[in-house]
Amino acid sequence: MRWGVVVFPGSNCDRDCLFVLQRLLGQEGIAIWHDERHLPPVDAVVLPGGFSYGDYLRSGAIASLSPIMAEVGRAARSGLPVLGICNGFQILCEAGLLPGALLTNADGLFRCHPTRLRVESNCCLFTRGFASGELVQMPIAHGQGRYYADARTLDRLERSGSILFRYCDAHGEITREANPNGSLANIAGICNEEGNVVGLMPHPERACETLLASTDGLRLFGSLDSTPPKTEPGAFYAGSAAR
Amino acid sequence: MIRARVLILPKRTVFDPQGEAVRHALGHFGLASVERVRVGKEIEIEIPGEGDQAKIRSQLETIARDFLANPVVEEFELHIEGLP
Repeated sequence: MRWGVVVFPGSNCDRDCLFVLQRLLGQEGIAIWHDERHLPPVDAVVLPGGFSYGDYLRSGAIASLSPIMAEVGRAARSGLPVLGICNGFQILCEAGLLPGALLTNADGLFRCHPTRLRVESNCCLFTRGFASGELVQMPIAHGQGRYYADARTLDRLERSGSILFRYCDAHGEITREANPNGSLANIAGICNEEGNVVGLMPHPERACETLLASTDGLRLFGSLDSTPPKTEPGAFYAGSAAR
Repeated sequence: MIRARVLILPKRTVFDPQGEAVRHALGHFGLASVERVRVGKEIEIEIPGEGDQAKIRSQLETIARDFLANPVVEEFELHIEGLP
């Protein structure tokens, strides 16, 4: 598989994503500068986390106008898998490729810690490696991750099975206490109705090695390709230490 | 010179933590029982007053509606000075 990872001015998780794709999953990954007007031949695109354009105006608003986003939008509408992580999720919403918006966390704090998530649907390209209802762990790191959509949009998301992940407690219960940012219905990640465009606030690329407390993120990236990872989780660091 | 001002506020239906913090702080001035405070932003755009005035107005309207404000969570007002 060949992945394209878009790099915006202010992206800071692009290299982490490339590391996971290339070194841990043994797949091909290329960086694509936001100013490109053509998408190279890729099987999937990642919009990584970070603070594109310093979060000026609104998180993701300016990046959504980047030349490459017109191409990503076109490709997404014809079925290309697109994964937006954190700032990438914000960009997808600003670009109109996913419904809703991400607002300042309800408590005003930048929240940076592991979160438990319940997989709500495994009917999407990026979640088919999980079981529906399964509990997973990935960290969040954001100041603006409060998912909001109007009542009609929320209802549509619920009914179409487009809610992929919700923040939950250790027992898988969707509680107010388990909600780190005030997101509606504890929403952590959604997809479009076609299931090829996914956005989530937690960082799967930071949960890909045993050293980092969780390897659940690796399964999300791995969901797209049925061939098993060439490297076992954690093997890269183990190998490095041995050298 | 054409001067456009775009006033942007979070919608009343959307919780505004910044507005809520400011509302709370108003108590320090002895102003109790404030119902609501919303904190938004004002964007000023200056353009030389040449060219197709109708086109400039329509461009400013598009920019305010589709870019400067996010209709999912914000409302806006556009005020233009210097255009007939």
